[in-house]
Amino acid sequence: MTAPAPKEENLAAVFKDGVKTAWPICLGYFPIGLAFGVIAGKAGLSPLDIGLMSVLVFAGSAQFIAVSMLTGGAGLIPVVMTAFVVNLRHLLMSSSLSVFLRDLGAWRTALYGYGVTDESFAVNLTKFRDESWDWRRALVVNHTSNAAWVGSTVIGGYAGELVPPGAFGLDYALIAMFLCLLVFQLRGPLYTAVAVVSGGVAVLFSLLFPGNFYIVAASVIAATLGLVFIRRRPGTPALQMGTEETKS
Amino acid sequence: MNTDILLLSFFMGLVTYIPRWFPLAFLSRRRLPRWFTTWLDFIPVSILSALVAPALITSGEPRHMDILRPELFVAVPTFIIALKTRSLGLTVVAGMLLFWVAGMWLR
Repeated sequence: MTAPAPKEENLAAVFKDGVKTAWPICLGYFPIGLAFGVIAGKAGLSPLDIGLMSVLVFAGSAQFIAVSMLTGGAGLIPVVMTAFVVNLRHLLMSSSLSVFLRDLGAWRTALYGYGVTDESFAVNLTKFRDESWDWRRALVVNHTSNAAWVGSTVIGGYAGELVPPGAFGLDYALIAMFLCLLVFQLRGPLYTAVAVVSGGVAVLFSLLFPGNFYIVAASVIAATLGLVFIRRRPGTPALQMGTEETKS
Repeated sequence: MNTDILLLSFFMGLVTYIPRWFPLAFLSRRRLPRWFTTWLDFIPVSILSALVAPALITSGEPRHMDILRPELFVAVPTFIIALKTRSLGLTVVAGMLLFWVAGMWLR
């Protein structure tokens, strides 16, 4: 056997890059996953139930809502419909990611879809845009995060209040991560303006409407205003097009 | 194992998966109009801001304005650290530590 050594090295490097990139996500998932496991356990789910739900759904907020609805005696259809609405925001994220995932086969695309979360989307998109990032590394990020999610929820189901709430500032991990990724996305005055509009509209809508409708609504409104602005003033220097744009 | 929970998880998983997968499968094979890619270019910054802003200055269910929270105070140095270091790992750890310390002071 003369298996080419560089290729194997490559695979290990891909894995290492992915895991290294995913660790802030895992850190953020850990307390939330534990908390979910504890709450689901109290609602009567076994650790196996919890693990299967985390594997099949892989969506924190929808899982929390499902468990609280179950505790309130809701049936299957209302819970499923709520999960659908809560997770519709991923349509926007996958649309953004699709620009970077051209000519991936049908199976790999199907696998990638499984791992699209708020967090993996934000991390991978930043990576795709800034440096030599590829779908393999992105998939490692997705699945490392998935393992952290499934693992922490199951641990929560077994070992109740293992980590006291508020310990080590873990509750702030995801907020800090989103803040940092937001900074990475501020690539010019126009992007900053779009961010300010989106944040403002999101705050307003989150106060006015129940649920997480504000995420999609604010994003669509702010992005559309950004587009309208560019169309009105085509020479806007603030805009640095992504690499996928300069090609055409 | 509870079959009702398994069934529920299956259908929840299905309706969660479809919006995640659909754009990847269908948009990535098409040549997208330029205005749409420009629009998509604004989506990440918009989503991140929409995720963060309410988490910093609102709380509760239903949500209400809540400005005087460690979440917001800690966001300022965290934001500056992100700007200066441009390191995700460092920012996350620094943010956590600051939040932890802020929580101990404010209690």
